[in-house]
Amino acid sequence: MTDVSAQTPTVPPRSNYWGSAKAKRRIKRRYAADRRLQIYGISAIGLAVMLLGVLFATLLFSGYVAFYTTKVDLSVYLDPKLIDKAKPEKANYRKITRDAFFALFPEVTDRKERRQLSKILSSGATYVVRDFVVEHPDDIGSLVSIQLPVSDPFDQLNKGVIPREIDALSSGRIALFNVLKQRGVLHVENDKAYVKTDVYVNPLDVPEGNLEQADYDRMVNEAFRSFFMTARNPAYEEILSEDAAAAVKARVLADPSLVGKTIEVKLPLSEHYDSLARTGRATIVNPRFGSHKDFEWFDDLKKRGLISTPFSWELFVNADSRFPELAGLAGALSGSFLALLVCFLLSFPVGIATALYLEEFAPKNKWTDLIEVNINNLAAVPSVVFGLLGLAVFLNAFGLPRSAPLVGGMVLSLMTLPTIIVATRAALKAVPPSIREAAYGVGASKHQVMMHHVLPLAMPGILTGTIIGLAQALGETAPLLLIGMNAFIPSIENMGLLEPAMALPTQIFSWSDSPERGFVSRTSAAILILLAFLVTMNAIAVYLRQKIERKW
Amino acid sequence: MLNYLFLALLLLILTGFLLGRTQAVAIRSATDVRMHSLAGYHGWFVAAWVGIPAFLIVLLWLLFQGPVIDWLLVASLPSDRVDALDAGQLNLLVSEIKSVAAGNVFGEPDQLVKEAADRYNRWNQIANWAMVAVALAIAISGLLFSRSLVSARFRARNNVERIMSALMIASSLIAILTTLGIVISLLYESLRFFDKVSVTEFLTGVNWEPQIPIREGQVTAGGAFGAIPVFTGTLLIALIAMAVATPVGLFAAIYLTEYASSRLRTFVKPLLEILAGIPTVVYGFFAVLTVAPAIREFGNTIGFEIAPNSAIAAGGVMGIMLIPFISSLSDDAIASVPQSLRDGSYGLGATKGETITKVLLPAALPGIMGGVLLAMSRAIGETMIVVMAAGIIASLTMNPFEPVTTVTVQIVTLLIGDTEFDNPKTLAAFALGLVLFLVTLALNVIALRIVQKYREQYD
Repeated sequence: MTDVSAQTPTVPPRSNYWGSAKAKRRIKRRYAADRRLQIYGISAIGLAVMLLGVLFATLLFSGYVAFYTTKVDLSVYLDPKLIDKAKPEKANYRKITRDAFFALFPEVTDRKERRQLSKILSSGATYVVRDFVVEHPDDIGSLVSIQLPVSDPFDQLNKGVIPREIDALSSGRIALFNVLKQRGVLHVENDKAYVKTDVYVNPLDVPEGNLEQADYDRMVNEAFRSFFMTARNPAYEEILSEDAAAAVKARVLADPSLVGKTIEVKLPLSEHYDSLARTGRATIVNPRFGSHKDFEWFDDLKKRGLISTPFSWELFVNADSRFPELAGLAGALSGSFLALLVCFLLSFPVGIATALYLEEFAPKNKWTDLIEVNINNLAAVPSVVFGLLGLAVFLNAFGLPRSAPLVGGMVLSLMTLPTIIVATRAALKAVPPSIREAAYGVGASKHQVMMHHVLPLAMPGILTGTIIGLAQALGETAPLLLIGMNAFIPSIENMGLLEPAMALPTQIFSWSDSPERGFVSRTSAAILILLAFLVTMNAIAVYLRQKIERKW
Repeated sequence: MLNYLFLALLLLILTGFLLGRTQAVAIRSATDVRMHSLAGYHGWFVAAWVGIPAFLIVLLWLLFQGPVIDWLLVASLPSDRVDALDAGQLNLLVSEIKSVAAGNVFGEPDQLVKEAADRYNRWNQIANWAMVAVALAIAISGLLFSRSLVSARFRARNNVERIMSALMIASSLIAILTTLGIVISLLYESLRFFDKVSVTEFLTGVNWEPQIPIREGQVTAGGAFGAIPVFTGTLLIALIAMAVATPVGLFAAIYLTEYASSRLRTFVKPLLEILAGIPTVVYGFFAVLTVAPAIREFGNTIGFEIAPNSAIAAGGVMGIMLIPFISSLSDDAIASVPQSLRDGSYGLGATKGETITKVLLPAALPGIMGGVLLAMSRAIGETMIVVMAAGIIASLTMNPFEPVTTVTVQIVTLLIGDTEFDNPKTLAAFALGLVLFLVTLALNVIALRIVQKYREQYD
């Protein structure tokens, strides 16, 4: 009890104390690293969810306008002199429609103006009138009111998708112009803008003292270029009006002694820059329209209450068309339906049979291993390769027709098979052995156990997998492109397994490739419809999984 | 006609089933002998005999009718007219005859074509009727034959089960046939391509200009098939996609497995899976409509010229598509690290973050690597995003702000529209397809190997 100090533990260096400042800093640092990792994780998830949101927002925002169309209420006189009652589809509906439309604007008589006016109506309007007459032959000889679609630019204008006027100058050019503004050399006098600058009247540009022939352009350019020493964009040359040199010329002609001196001149600006300097904006009529007259006429129609925007049934009941305001998804939807039907009829029985064989009947040997490896690999083969297979085997070797839903369905079924097989095997595995043993116990054969007991119990799981596989097949595009299911099919009269057809995703692809502005919103709308189908199918699959699938 | 034939066959099958069953029922009620099989099995037995041979015959007939009639057609053409033609011209003649036969007559076809078209139509008609007759005859004889077997001692159940087993085996062979079909068709067309263009030029050339002159002497690029720029373009876009998807997917997986509450997990995981379920054509449109203009605009504001179909737009959007892929595979890999490793790390006083970076990630690395490789193989094989958002011109660059093209883009652009199978342009697509197939297959096999090896460690 005397030597207490010997019993106390050796004091570690102060820096290693848990309570020391250094250790506290270290712990703080370690927890900061932990928090950093969390922040990375949260921001990764946030980014992914945000991108998903942006994706849906852009589709909704650009797609909702395609669900209504801009239409003109037009009173059309179905002249019995022009329409033969026996053959109503043969009449000159172009003339009938245009005459009815021109009647709204009796003041427009000039041929050129009439041509411009007629562009307000969709080029497909004549077919709408024709179809109306074919459906209502009794109306021939009377005045009927028909809603006709307007052409794409006016449709987009009415929906506010495209502006009446667009900026005449690109942002790069405006940036160049702002250089002048910052220098403070811009002046506006009498509703005209000038650049006030010093111009050196270079004697070298005055050949043999000939003031008339002197190169004033060069002098002006020399002076003007000095503002843009750092700019690489040669577009600044457009800023000055062509009259700029004339302004210098006039000064020099008036006073020949100015040669060799530096004079201050006011250089006029070219049209768009002039308006930019005076009003801060430079616009031109949107090149999709002819002139401001277009807007006057259209506003006039609106004022008279002839423009309406009903729900666009065309989007669902029409076939594809070159005119976006008339293009619809009916062909694509039926093509996709037929292809999926073929896909289901092929892959569902084959998938179940394969899974049943591999899971329950097959002996474990090299062959079954080979089949299993094959199925796993097929699931990972790029979809475009299946398209190549379809092209080389189904089209080229077997001679099946191009663009046919039958071939599309066959290719898709090869891609869906692995999904169905995997799902079926999982569902078969999930059926407890007690069921099988009970069935064996009452004397069932192996086939009877499978067919009468195991398979029915596994069916909800199999259906779930099948629906998910079909949903994937519905969105598949590349293989269908290769077998030609992107053909332009403007009618829905010939639908069949061997007739050329479109599918929903290939329709989306071909619309997205079209230059008309209206196809952008049509594409988005078609995507929204495709996604709605996918969501519905997946919802059914989830429902089956949660409500009907038995948990053992 | 085919529809009616199928309908007739279905009716016959139904009749067969009913006949077999009623016959068995009759035997059972007439005699005291116990039947070996239930009546239904007798019905199924007859139905199988009616349906399966007839359907097989129809299938084979449909497959071979076209080629056989084509062959007959060529053989029937007067030899003095045909011998002078090469294969391409002969094909042209045959398709002209077919289009005349279908009724699409442009101008006045010459006598030879008209006669051949008539013959073609007649033969097709004969063949169609013959097919109907043969199929029905086989179905009916199957019905008669199998009905004659129905008796009390006949083992219908065993026979039906044997047929079902055979059908199941046949079904599982389809997977092998598909793979074989892919390999053979790709190899066959590629070999034809390599007859015209040497393998070394294809694999090492740096000029990709597949536009072959259509007419002789036409002044266009002569057609160069050096695929290196196509491969580098594919690699560039895939690398950009991985650069987006790997960090985001990995960090998301780390957070979801280790930090997130189970409520957040059940909310966020389905959201990420939605990203995986969106068709790629939608991503392609998104890239064209939103991402590429945004990137371009951003470039403009900092005074930097970016192409509208730059690699970074296509690759970036592809990266978004791959996020859920990487996150779910990494999630699995991290979650399957045994709890004991976590406990050990916590026991040593490590923070959660240290446990993750120093213990879990190294342990899960093989699984994560496998996932990254699988995603890479997806990125290389992905088609629609690049077809819509990437370039068509092959340029040898690694600059992500310039347009590049990919293997899949080339396959689609070379094969879209009408395709002639004797043109190197068409065949080049198959050679590219073969490369694509082999590379993705190799990546998948390696990835699966890595994942499997890793699993063995802890199980």
